[in-house]
Amino acid sequence: MLDTPEAGDATQPDRYDVGAVNSKAQRESLYAARKKIFPKRASGKFRQLKWIVMAITLGIYYLVPFLRWDRGAYAPDQAVLVDLANRRFYFFFIEIWPQEFYYVAGLLVMAGVGLFLITSTVGRAWCGYACPQTVWVDLFLVVERAIEGDRNARIKLDSGPWTLDKIGKRLAKHSIWILIGIVTGGAWILYFADAPTLIAQVFTLQAPFVAYGTIALLTATTYTFGGIMREQVCTYMCPWPRIQSVMLDEYSLTVTYNSWRGEPRSRHAKKAIAQGKPVGDCVDCNACVVVCPMGIDIREGQQLECITCALCIDACDDVMGKLGRESGLISYATLNDFNANMELAGAGMPAGIEPRRVRDSVTGKLVDAIRHTTWRSIVRPRTIAYFVVWASIGLLMLAALAVRTPLEVNVLHDRNPQYVLLSDGSIRNGFTLKFLNMTQAPRAIVLTLSGLDGATMSTAEGGDQPATSFAFEIEPDRVLEERIFVRLPADAATGPAKDFRFEVTAGDGSIHASAGAKFETPSETRK
Amino acid sequence: MANHEVDDITGVETTGHEWDGIKELNNPLPRWWLWTFYGCIAVGLGISVLYPAWPLFGGPTPGVLGYSTRTELSNDLAAAQLAQAGLIAKVAATPVADILIDADLNRYATAGGASAFKVHCIQCHGTGAEGGVGYPNLNDDEWIWGGTIDEVYATITHGARDPGDPDTHYNIMPNFGADAILEAPQIATVATYVASLSGLEGGVNTPEGAQIFADNCAACHGDDAKGKPELGGPDLTDQIWLYNGSLDSIVAQLGKPRHGTMPAWGVRLGDTTVKELAVYVHGLGGGR
Repeated sequence: MLDTPEAGDATQPDRYDVGAVNSKAQRESLYAARKKIFPKRASGKFRQLKWIVMAITLGIYYLVPFLRWDRGAYAPDQAVLVDLANRRFYFFFIEIWPQEFYYVAGLLVMAGVGLFLITSTVGRAWCGYACPQTVWVDLFLVVERAIEGDRNARIKLDSGPWTLDKIGKRLAKHSIWILIGIVTGGAWILYFADAPTLIAQVFTLQAPFVAYGTIALLTATTYTFGGIMREQVCTYMCPWPRIQSVMLDEYSLTVTYNSWRGEPRSRHAKKAIAQGKPVGDCVDCNACVVVCPMGIDIREGQQLECITCALCIDACDDVMGKLGRESGLISYATLNDFNANMELAGAGMPAGIEPRRVRDSVTGKLVDAIRHTTWRSIVRPRTIAYFVVWASIGLLMLAALAVRTPLEVNVLHDRNPQYVLLSDGSIRNGFTLKFLNMTQAPRAIVLTLSGLDGATMSTAEGGDQPATSFAFEIEPDRVLEERIFVRLPADAATGPAKDFRFEVTAGDGSIHASAGAKFETPSETRK
Repeated sequence: MANHEVDDITGVETTGHEWDGIKELNNPLPRWWLWTFYGCIAVGLGISVLYPAWPLFGGPTPGVLGYSTRTELSNDLAAAQLAQAGLIAKVAATPVADILIDADLNRYATAGGASAFKVHCIQCHGTGAEGGVGYPNLNDDEWIWGGTIDEVYATITHGARDPGDPDTHYNIMPNFGADAILEAPQIATVATYVASLSGLEGGVNTPEGAQIFADNCAACHGDDAKGKPELGGPDLTDQIWLYNGSLDSIVAQLGKPRHGTMPAWGVRLGDTTVKELAVYVHGLGGGR
């Protein structure tokens, strides 16, 4: 149905004769085909904020692969790079090896707790502002509006016949969408290889198949999710809203229609006032409904579909401004504050909500007793606990990163045989040692033993020449694997297995790593 | 269906199934599910036409693509052979002692030797080459037929006491007891003498024992009893014994000696694999 803004005087807002697509009252069987939603362009402070968030997030996503970070001659100079082939993850000054994946696990835990923190305080802010689905749908809507016009024009075009004009507009729109999809997929692969090189390869058809496959896949998902499915992804596919609903409580910020000042809503306020009927602030213009990308009517209360994008707040504030009333008929509020204000307005009383209770009878302004949602409304032990947990994990990881040594040694004792009896009666244990040089320069290391008196070492290559220390040279950013034999004289190699350590020092001795090991002795001597 | 019950709230017919008062609605399957289901059937039919699928008495239907896992395996093996062809040729062309020096070639030969060892050698020498009674431990530094890379290579190539190989390592310790070469008291005397050389329990170093040893044993085991690898005479002064280190087992070996045999692997595995095996065994820690 087409909107027909009623003609009126300039002080009156445009009215839209429309019901929310996903309103409970209108909801049909799940088997019914989807009804299209044509969100109208909103403007206001939240729309402004969303533009900024969109610019930042998209900017980060598309541009970060091109940032450079000098790591010397032996490592790539891309600031953020997931080098799958060499199993390295580079993030500016940090280089993560596969066995240090706990940093990533820590980040994921932080993301999880962070979601708890954000959701329990400011509600579904992730959904409304930062989620890629939201950001890309916004981007796709920008394209759609630029080509097909705003809501009314789009509805007209959609229901109209397939003229040349319509075909042209649709072709243009979908082409640009697919182009955005290709760029999105193209940016994704740049995180996995040197960006300028890979771009050249992609255009000269020399990139690996997986690169094209990934671009194709992400083009398909971006186009489908952002262009075609849109709000259905959030409502039906995404588990996030269900989890986030659980995280919300009466202290969490939600986008709220303040019915305590809006009801009873009236389309013809002057007439109603003349008749002596109570009249709320809501003029039932449906501006909040037409801007909603999820197709809901926020006046029905908090709903699963609501991603709290706050565009209805912008739309309503605009209308309230035209009417000369206070903004915030739709606002971010906690359930606590809402309930208190509802009580003030007389929600539980037989007469129901009466606007005069919240308005000063002389000045017509909202009374001071009304509770406004401030930061005090949302800070509480639960959010503080979330923040402490979140920050602790972060500090712990930072501390771990700060004391991390770029040198590591791993020891693997021979499984079979556990020990070898040599002709002079001494006992030998075999070990495989791996030295990790996690720096971008070659490194000379010295291997010694500690905690095993009388022991000598030898290598397979070095014959049976006993030594108490070995020097090795490790290539930059590489692992050196060495077989090391440790030998104890017959009289020392008795009794239970002995604990000792392999000690590794590099440079002037300031960089040090060590690993514990066990020296196995013949079982008949373990009395 | 006998009774058509329609759910009041949804207006949908029930299936008649009921669990604790919860009734199942006879909703149609979701369309996406249904089409996925049909799609799977179509794909399945396609696969059964293209690939081997239906079991028959004479084997499965071959499928129009002519695919078989055996062909794939042999292709993969051939591809692996081809990929390693350069290294294999290099191993074949390089003297075994020089393989040790070349780090890359050494690594490749050791890996190849390790896998060949697991197929052909572990039956006697054990998975860790740790040996057992009568089967030498290849990790230690006692080598009956010599422990240099060339000697190990020769031993693997020709084996020990292999009747099929003219160049095999061959020696036989006489049946000193069974063939009555030595009297029982003489055997006891020389056995205690030998046991004393490595400090075994019950060992006594006597001039009589030394004399019997010099007359009967030194030819193969050496005047100092430190063994003669060129003859395969083991070192009797060290702590390593092929058939247990005790006075009793020395007496038993003198009476009716046991002899192990090892096949000549040169003809069975080919020179390249034997070289790889030699490099692997030599690198276990005892190689000289």
